[in-house]
Amino acid sequence: MSGLSGEGHGDLLSLAQKLSEFRGETSWQVEKEKLPELMASLKTQGFTYLVDLAGVDHQGEDPRFEVVYELCDLHRKKHIRIKTKVGEGDTVPTVSHVWRTADWHEREAWDMLGIRFAGHPDLRRILMWDGYPHHPLRKDFPLAGLSTEMPDIAFTAAAPLEGGPFVTNTASLAQDREPRAHPAEERSL
Amino acid sequence: MSTTALDVGDTLARTVGAGEVGEKLVLNIGPSHPSTHGVLRLILELDGEVVTRADTEIGYLHRGDEKIAENMTWNQFVPYTDRLDYLAPLANNVAYACAVEKLMGYELPPRAKVTRVICCELARISAHLLGLGAFAMDLGAMTMFLYTFTEREKIYNLIEFLTGARFTTSFTRVGGQTRDLPPGFLEGVREFVDQFDEKLIEFGKMLNRNRIFVDRTKDLGVIPADVALDFGLTGPNLRGSGNDYDVRKYFPYLGYETYEFEVPVGSVGDCYDRFTVRMEEMRQSVLIIRQAIDRMPGGPWQVDDPKNVLPAKNKVLTKMEELIHQFLVVTQGPDAPVGEVYFGAENPKGELGFYLNSRGGGVPHRLKIRAPSFCNLSILNQLLPGHTVSDVPAILGSFDFVMGECDR
Repeated sequence: MSGLSGEGHGDLLSLAQKLSEFRGETSWQVEKEKLPELMASLKTQGFTYLVDLAGVDHQGEDPRFEVVYELCDLHRKKHIRIKTKVGEGDTVPTVSHVWRTADWHEREAWDMLGIRFAGHPDLRRILMWDGYPHHPLRKDFPLAGLSTEMPDIAFTAAAPLEGGPFVTNTASLAQDREPRAHPAEERSL
Repeated sequence: MSTTALDVGDTLARTVGAGEVGEKLVLNIGPSHPSTHGVLRLILELDGEVVTRADTEIGYLHRGDEKIAENMTWNQFVPYTDRLDYLAPLANNVAYACAVEKLMGYELPPRAKVTRVICCELARISAHLLGLGAFAMDLGAMTMFLYTFTEREKIYNLIEFLTGARFTTSFTRVGGQTRDLPPGFLEGVREFVDQFDEKLIEFGKMLNRNRIFVDRTKDLGVIPADVALDFGLTGPNLRGSGNDYDVRKYFPYLGYETYEFEVPVGSVGDCYDRFTVRMEEMRQSVLIIRQAIDRMPGGPWQVDDPKNVLPAKNKVLTKMEELIHQFLVVTQGPDAPVGEVYFGAENPKGELGFYLNSRGGGVPHRLKIRAPSFCNLSILNQLLPGHTVSDVPAILGSFDFVMGECDR
């Protein structure tokens, strides 16, 4: 997969900032205000296929969230990644009018991470049910889940998962991260 | 909302809006319905028999795979990929392993690549067989389902021989597979593909000459090529519309550029085209498998990176260094560099992609699954209006989606 260097893409160079190249892929950073202009111009330049749209939670950073767009130009076989940052409670302009596949992807990013897309025609939850109060992919949402105050839904208690034998957490020490990695003396063999 | 007094069996009970009494009917299909192939829910607004508005509800099989991935090491997530497109688990394993290997910067040894190509193509045949059987059964041709399942059974036997499991294979690891090919496996695969050509011809005859099947699929659910791409359709659903985008040809991985095969495309983009593309793809998969068996090289089947790739089991039990490496790889995970990659693989349902965002270490910071069924289904709201209710199962069947992958 070959990345795009920026030649012949004046808009890209003027609107976006090139980030580091990694494993043959090029990422570009763009301010969210300039996103609609850039995306529309990229589409007319051949990037007719929006492969994926991912929201990323960088908890502890400011701005907190990042939206990552993977674009493909199928004629020239080029791949490009556009990234834009957005703070908590802030909005990103929608690209669902540029590529209609973005409609569901943006709904998913809203549902999972709580990133709002301004101008989206129908920003409802898509994977979780309507009225669910949390955004489960946020880093501060526990793996075991949170209880919800919804009496008509059967399972409102948190799942009995935390601390179970098959749950790892992201701590750096193996003993903290991996509950099965006990010191030898603790084992009853 | 005003209420009206209703008699038993009064159709007014199911109409919406006081102003449109007797004109529009809202029909709920699913989430548990034979023609929705899992837990897809459709809310259709009908004018007589014609769909005027469709709302697709997904998420009934959401298990939070992406959240789970952030809480475990790279290798621990492999079994979860089995449960994405659970009709082709081997292909998911391969796609995920290739994505992490791209992040790690590995170049697989030739034997591992060819092994994975055979895995992918066997999975493709098996998934298309089920898709076709279920599609035909939705349209009343029950026989096809029984015939394709006989063939799937043979593939399952081969997969069990290879991985030890029939369904949830979990075959790949970062940097290789769990084991080398067992002796006699390639002969078994060759035996299968040699008898499969004839079966394919038989399947073709069974449906191509079935008047009911052809009448119910031709010129139905037509998707123009540019609209299909706009909605992110991939796989046979996109190629049925005439766009020849196939990841194996456009962004080759696992050495697919060295195999001779063709990418079948449709001309109209109707249900019948999507069906014929799948039929032809199985034939091409057989060609690829034959080439792969002929060229199967010897040598290592894992990447040589002892600190990040699981060592051979016999060495773990006899050598100290390998035991330490095994312990580190299992408990802390392969030590990935800081960075982000996207890797897309051509799976039976379309482009299965993984966006990996790593902050270094054995655990992903963010793992996004680009599920082909999710994107394929997003067109339904636009596609279904204008068709009759009896056409809806035909269109759904021709899409060949899997909710495990769509909902993740």
